[in-house]
Amino acid sequence: MKFTLNVWRQNGPQDKGRMETYQVDQVSDDMSFLEMIDVLNEQLIGQGVDPVVFDHDCREGICGMCSMFINGEAHGPGRGVTTCQLHMREFKDGDEITIEPFRAKAFPVIKDLMVDRSAFDRIIQAGGYVSVNTSGNLPDANATLIEKPHADAAFDAATCIGCGACVATCKNASAMLFTSAKVSQFALLPQGQVEAKERVLHMVNQMDLEGFGNCTNTGACEVECPKGISIENIARMNREFLSASITSK
Amino acid sequence: MSTLDAHIPEGPIAEKWTKHKAKIPLVSPANKRQIDVIVVGTGLAGSSAAASLAELGYNVKAFCFQDSPRRAHSIAAQGGINASKNYQNDGDSTFRLFYDTIKGGDYRSREANVHRLAEVSASIIDQCVAQGVPFARDYGGQLDNRSFGGVQVSRTFYAKGQTGQQLLLGAYSALSRQVAKGRVQMYARHEMVELVVVDGKARGIIARDLVSGELERHSAHAVLLCTGGYGNVFYLSTNAMGSNVTAAWKAHRKGAYIANPCFTQIHPTCIPVSGTFQSKLTLMSESLRNDGRIWVPKKKEDAEAIRAGKLQPVQLAEEDRDYYLERRYPAFGNLVPRDVASRAAKERCDAGFGVNKTGEAVYLDFASAIERYGKEAAHVQGIHHPSDEKVRELGEAIVESKYGNLFQMYEKITAQNPYKTPMMIYPAVHYTMGGVWVDYNLMTTVPGLFALGEANFSDHGANRLGASALMQGLADGYFVAPYTVGTYLADDIRTGKISTELPEFAEAETTARQRMEGFLSNAGNTPVEVFHRELGKIMWDQCGMARNKEGLEKAIQDIRSLRERFYKEVKVPGKMHEMNPELDKAGRVADFLELGELMCLDALSREESCGGHFREEYQSEEGEAVRRDDEFAYVSAWEFADQDPGKAKLHKEQLVFENVKLITRSYK
Repeated sequence: MKFTLNVWRQNGPQDKGRMETYQVDQVSDDMSFLEMIDVLNEQLIGQGVDPVVFDHDCREGICGMCSMFINGEAHGPGRGVTTCQLHMREFKDGDEITIEPFRAKAFPVIKDLMVDRSAFDRIIQAGGYVSVNTSGNLPDANATLIEKPHADAAFDAATCIGCGACVATCKNASAMLFTSAKVSQFALLPQGQVEAKERVLHMVNQMDLEGFGNCTNTGACEVECPKGISIENIARMNREFLSASITSK
Repeated sequence: MSTLDAHIPEGPIAEKWTKHKAKIPLVSPANKRQIDVIVVGTGLAGSSAAASLAELGYNVKAFCFQDSPRRAHSIAAQGGINASKNYQNDGDSTFRLFYDTIKGGDYRSREANVHRLAEVSASIIDQCVAQGVPFARDYGGQLDNRSFGGVQVSRTFYAKGQTGQQLLLGAYSALSRQVAKGRVQMYARHEMVELVVVDGKARGIIARDLVSGELERHSAHAVLLCTGGYGNVFYLSTNAMGSNVTAAWKAHRKGAYIANPCFTQIHPTCIPVSGTFQSKLTLMSESLRNDGRIWVPKKKEDAEAIRAGKLQPVQLAEEDRDYYLERRYPAFGNLVPRDVASRAAKERCDAGFGVNKTGEAVYLDFASAIERYGKEAAHVQGIHHPSDEKVRELGEAIVESKYGNLFQMYEKITAQNPYKTPMMIYPAVHYTMGGVWVDYNLMTTVPGLFALGEANFSDHGANRLGASALMQGLADGYFVAPYTVGTYLADDIRTGKISTELPEFAEAETTARQRMEGFLSNAGNTPVEVFHRELGKIMWDQCGMARNKEGLEKAIQDIRSLRERFYKEVKVPGKMHEMNPELDKAGRVADFLELGELMCLDALSREESCGGHFREEYQSEEGEAVRRDDEFAYVSAWEFADQDPGKAKLHKEQLVFENVKLITRSYK
């Protein structure tokens, strides 16, 4: 297969950036999208051109590192996949493909297709944990029973991989889906109750400080989320936030 | 050749850890604040160690090459984590977990370390639940368990097929809490490129900021390597693209011994290689072997017709199929341990019975399970004389409920529907049991340098059992290192801050800078990737599932000449002081090119077959592994010498078995 690629090239955060067009051939339909970029990069190195910088690591859809905006969609066409799980058979021979970084004020471009998502780490640092020290003397794991539906719902929320597709997709660059997934995980578990109020207030505050936009309930984030995190989590976070705002000092 | 002292405490095995902990010298809170600790790597071992040490009061600096500590490759572990909670009341105990791990490791691991691992396993589950890790639960609200690879109890805790993710996010949240408190300074997108040793002690690292390209000096009173395994020496593996041996190898060059490097786990159920540009392999969970039957055609002409696309597997009659695991191992059938299943697949493919276009794949077939479950379901629903279609429909629904996400993942990658046609699988490199040699305290041969998790060697012998990697990573980080690192640091309370102006830091920085400048100014024409791919092929062919003397000797020569060519012909674009992933990769591949030789050397010197290490010269008439306990019941620990990985010196740690009897593993 052959493709024409329009790739965003940007030398650093200060650089204005531009689109460059490259041709790749010898692409097989079994290749993943990132393997196709590998082919492009080997070709560029051979021509003395700097290879395209992009984030990637596990290449099996769980680390959340890959982050391309392909033909106007986070992680490209297809539902429930990250870029590393997208295969070239999803495209037609001869297609023109446009590849951009995830764009958001809170995700500055580092180079080419690589962006800085450390804002997500800081949101977690603001309260995305249960304050328990390492100790060999904690209560037995079965001492507190948890209803299966709650445990399952907490798990579903906890499967967020922190890739940022929700932010890249949202017209407001809102991080509500990401933040609410963590808030929900703990809101659904007894272990999360003690710090519930501070958690939601601090995490939402940090989200705003980072420059993420507001949620206007378009639901686009849920559609593009590779892990199918539900916007019900956003509703839950809003309830938690409201009740915490009213009742805390 | 010298012998090594593992500093195993005296006393009965069940009391060693308790007594050892009781004797550990303490460091007062005020003194802890004066002590710095560096943790390299933020997977299960690294995140849990960094968080726990910071909670105790040490100043911790943590490093990872990913953009966030949450992305370390522990996140990709699927199946589960073992713990001897005995919630199922099926006879599990600390001793049984200890025994299973020693036996599964084919009697090449250290008894005292493994027993401690089994002892702390239960606390890990308590810790994770308290952190809000959403493990699977039953309808009574209690934690659920499942069985795993070859053991006779149900002790595996899980969170669907994403157990590694949930455990890592638990450890990451504990780490984040300490970062928020300022107790941990987090350096993401940083890679350790040199270890700094001052007066014989590990006192810091040189790290490269992967964004700016600057080299940085970081000092500490102790350094913990939690840098995972080195499976990417094979180029293709289930490891993440960035997983590498560099930190461990730099430590090796500064005096840390590497133990049993040839012990590699090759996992039997991975999606086969499809082409030359393939960058990584994907695992299909071991749990599939509970219901899938593995086979190849009985006749070579059928295999050839299938490879040519003229025949479909479903067209092949039952009597023309060779269910070779059921044939060779009637007692365990498709559920033999990983090493045995992998070798058997290779044997059939080498003999010409492989089924995909490359000839390197076997079938994992769910047709029988679909039929069995379908009939059962029809019976339960009171459907008499169901049609074949009805049985299939009912059966597929049950298989979907058990393995739906895996089947979906398979279909995404291969574009084939595994409900209708058998899956194709082939073994792939998955985990490395070998690693940096550590004593009972997890300290390496360099004082003040520790190794935790997959980076060390001590717990899994020559073969790791399923769901034990997560257990070991968290055991080391949460429950072992916080005690044993403290023991070492108790002597350092008067040392004061380690200056990064010491000549040793300057020297290490210069070494790293010159190495990188060397790559950038090299007049070659070949991308790094090409050398990595070539190394991987040598390793896979000669030091993979089966090894022999001739092949290993040839591999050593081939690796040496490949290394020479690498330094002459490699081309690394870009500059030093900028983000430059090709430069990062060149450094990693350079280290793999040295490690590969050491692995072959180790495999050559171990003249026996055990676990994942199968020497063709040492097999029974039926082709089973022959272990030689009289001569080889030791750990091979290699010391770097003469600036040449091939001249490494062998030290032996004799393994003493006081609590289990050495017997031949049999699965027939």
